[in-house]
Amino acid sequence: MTTNATAPKTLGKVRPHQTQNEALVFEKSSPGKRAYKMPPLDVPAVDAAALLGDAHRKTPGLLPELSEIEIIRHFTRLSTWNYAIDLGMYPLGSCTMKYNPRVNEAVARIEGLAEAHPYRPDSLAQGILDVIDLLQRCLIEITGMDAITLQPAAGAHGEFTGILLVRAWHESQGNARRKILIPDSAHGTNPATAAICGYTVENLKSNSEGGIDLEALTRQVDEETAALMLTNPSTIGVFESQIHKIADILHAKGALLYMDGANMNALVGKARPGDFGVDVMHLNLHKTFSTPHGGGGPGSGPVACKAFLEPFLPTPVLCKTGNREQGTGNRVQGTGNRQGLGTEGPGTAGQLHWIYDRPQSVGRVRAFYGNTGMFIRALAYILANGPDGLRQTTEDAVLNANYIRAKLEDLYELPYKTASMHEVVFSDKRQAAKGVKTGDIAKRLIDYGFHPYTVSFPMIVHGALMIEPTESESLEELDLFIEAMRAIAREVDETPDLVKTAPHSTRVSRLDEVQAARKPILRWRPTE
Amino acid sequence: MRYLPKSPAERERMLAEIGAASIDDLFAVIPAEYRLDRDLDVPRQHAESEIVSYFRAAGQKNATDYASFLGAGAYRHYRPVIIDSLVQRGEFLTSYTPYQAEITQGTLQAIFEFQTMIAELTGMDVANASMYDGSTGSAEAVMMAVRVTGRHKAVVAATVHPEYREVLATYAKHQSLPSTLVGYDRETGRVDLAALDAAVTEETAAVLVQSPNFFGTIEDIPAIAAIAHAKGALLIVSIAEAVSLGVVRPPVEADIVSMEAQSFGVALSYGGPFCGVIAAKEKYLRQMPGRLVGQTVDSTGYRGFVLTLSTREQHIRREKATSNICTNQALVALMATIFLTVYGREGIRELAEHNLSKASYAAATLGSQAGAKLLFTGAPRFHEFVLQTAETPTLWSQRLMDEKIVGGLDLSKWYPELGNATLWCATEMVTRENIDTAARVLAAAPVEA
Repeated sequence: MTTNATAPKTLGKVRPHQTQNEALVFEKSSPGKRAYKMPPLDVPAVDAAALLGDAHRKTPGLLPELSEIEIIRHFTRLSTWNYAIDLGMYPLGSCTMKYNPRVNEAVARIEGLAEAHPYRPDSLAQGILDVIDLLQRCLIEITGMDAITLQPAAGAHGEFTGILLVRAWHESQGNARRKILIPDSAHGTNPATAAICGYTVENLKSNSEGGIDLEALTRQVDEETAALMLTNPSTIGVFESQIHKIADILHAKGALLYMDGANMNALVGKARPGDFGVDVMHLNLHKTFSTPHGGGGPGSGPVACKAFLEPFLPTPVLCKTGNREQGTGNRVQGTGNRQGLGTEGPGTAGQLHWIYDRPQSVGRVRAFYGNTGMFIRALAYILANGPDGLRQTTEDAVLNANYIRAKLEDLYELPYKTASMHEVVFSDKRQAAKGVKTGDIAKRLIDYGFHPYTVSFPMIVHGALMIEPTESESLEELDLFIEAMRAIAREVDETPDLVKTAPHSTRVSRLDEVQAARKPILRWRPTE
Repeated sequence: MRYLPKSPAERERMLAEIGAASIDDLFAVIPAEYRLDRDLDVPRQHAESEIVSYFRAAGQKNATDYASFLGAGAYRHYRPVIIDSLVQRGEFLTSYTPYQAEITQGTLQAIFEFQTMIAELTGMDVANASMYDGSTGSAEAVMMAVRVTGRHKAVVAATVHPEYREVLATYAKHQSLPSTLVGYDRETGRVDLAALDAAVTEETAAVLVQSPNFFGTIEDIPAIAAIAHAKGALLIVSIAEAVSLGVVRPPVEADIVSMEAQSFGVALSYGGPFCGVIAAKEKYLRQMPGRLVGQTVDSTGYRGFVLTLSTREQHIRREKATSNICTNQALVALMATIFLTVYGREGIRELAEHNLSKASYAAATLGSQAGAKLLFTGAPRFHEFVLQTAETPTLWSQRLMDEKIVGGLDLSKWYPELGNATLWCATEMVTRENIDTAARVLAAAPVEA
């Protein structure tokens, strides 16, 4: 690995791009450059070496030394190498890459909210607690559940929390039970979650329509089944029309219905999981409620549940003075805010407090209260929409997916003909016959100026193309996408190699993932 | 609705293309009894100006003009302006996890830089792309040690952040992973080494300590490592105050470091989003949780970066994955990367030394007031210290609030044995005037008649 022949090229023209090359920040560093200036100390300076003794750091970490303009340019140049929702359609199925409103960013940075220390006394935190309280009530109303925790930091963390609630409830009934049923179409986080909660995973085969096979479910649910983890609409974008029967089969054996809310963007304002038999579910604020994905986080994964699971919610829970019994919210109460936020601004009468004394709680799943900055953004989104906007959003998301389906189903194989909700899943069956796979089509889509769809998932569809446009795409953008997909289908017939070697327009071409994994280079090191 | 890019006529046209008579046709698959036939009971649609007003009012209701001595796992440091300028670029903000490497090189290279900086600062070989936060990172680190050693017990110092310990307990409960809690030395505030030595056995997978610990005291990492390693256990060091690494020796004897990087330019934001990260010795790489970015080449030999070693992860390995983590804290890790680039090699040291100086002055000044006593003076500290007062904290903290100061955190909930003890933090953001005012208020206990 030390010879020049195998060392990667880092200089010279790569591909046409406005910023061709940008070295690693360490390679740009030179000693003595500064991008900071400390104010004068207003207390006596201490001798760190003398004060810390053996605990004093002798060798500094090799951090870069640059000026401010170089840092601005470095990260700005890097940013231009990213595709983003702001640049165009990002139809990653199951990821709900919708527009991230900028007012969300502005309000999350308001000083009194952004600079609030989590341990400040509740009396000095009433503003942020009002925000949390209102978001909780909105999410309870949207899901049709009875109670909620906002503590989980992301979807998978919410799953973990939800399954802990399931487990705690079964334990309170005398038997934690042994297994969790998970459809073969599920996200990988579902089985991984069940495993870390101490459950064995039992696979549930999908039926010929990609949904839950009721007979198989009836056979497999027994007294040792803790829950079914169900994504609804499923990962092929299909609503489980037999959902009430599914819930009944589970409940008859004392098992619970957990819903993975990854696809909630198909339901908000149109149907509520709490109404169709779901006992506990998580939401992804970074999907359905427009908080930015940020290149992979932060997310937020609130868990909503029915009243019988409320005593088990993670500590602490939010409560209003004089209303200790109310716990984390009450469906009947609603938000009490249907017409507006009132003239007096946030909050109604009564002080909000965190309650820690919860003997049946599953415990904490995270320090402090959750990714609060994401709560602010999600609430801003809900306020911007209102009930009519939320419903229209869902309708447009479903309309967009069905439009794509209608415009592409003559060229791409549709393995399940069931009605699509917010996403449509094709297979590469016809293209694979020509030697072109879903991953190749995805890469070629980049050349047409789009982010690829989700590739090869769900696993029940061989060679899947999972397309979720979200509501954020205009008809014009959808037509461009459809045109691109149709052009690629033609290329598969006429010039398949063009597709198999795509992308051709990006700064770097296909990257060698095998080499990356075989001899991992996970950090920069100075050259000798 | 202003975020929706369609006219009513376009919607009609699309429905016609689909062959649907109305939008309701597309929802017909939902059984009628489960369709919501009313408006959601949520606030009405608001104008942007109303939304800004609402959150401004919430911010004001929160009270903004208080000086604060709170730390305890969430630290107020100055955030250079360019952090928000850069992370709000839509190309970073509105991009997904970089699975499509050709069009996410910006995020990938920035994460590679982050991993490098964290490894450099912590003295570890490798670091991952981030975890949710310091608390869940510590729990994941313990589970990682279980996989590495094949053992199923943990030994945890009582000086680890109490909420981190609570999170670990939640994670460990269903994995047959019992923990033994080890107390601390009343003179130094450090983990009791004799008790630790007694607690660690041939069945111990990991010893988890925090340094600087919850009391602000720097643990004797070499001694703790010797005890852990003598029995074949791994040492996990949790770092809640990342800025300490500018001046405090990194825990190079550790096997795994779990760090909360919030101090590197991340707003307090009432406790999140923060930025956990796990760093480790290279030999434990394949048991690490979370995403990793690796360097590679493209088909023509140019350097590029990809997500790698994903066979550890849930989307490939499902129930056999090293963790169920998927979304992490990428944008917050980018904030930390920019912060560390701004301060750089010299700046991080100077910043840490300022914190040390402020805290030394604050500890000496507050600790010398009548009725106040500085605890744990027998070991070095970073920028937090524990103060014991004759008066109960609720009394003087109310007087401090009258002066627009939030004093130290009451420890009685977690460490009742310490009596009227409070945990104080003085970062570079605290002024001498704040410290002197706090001292005056502390000293002004009403004289008993």
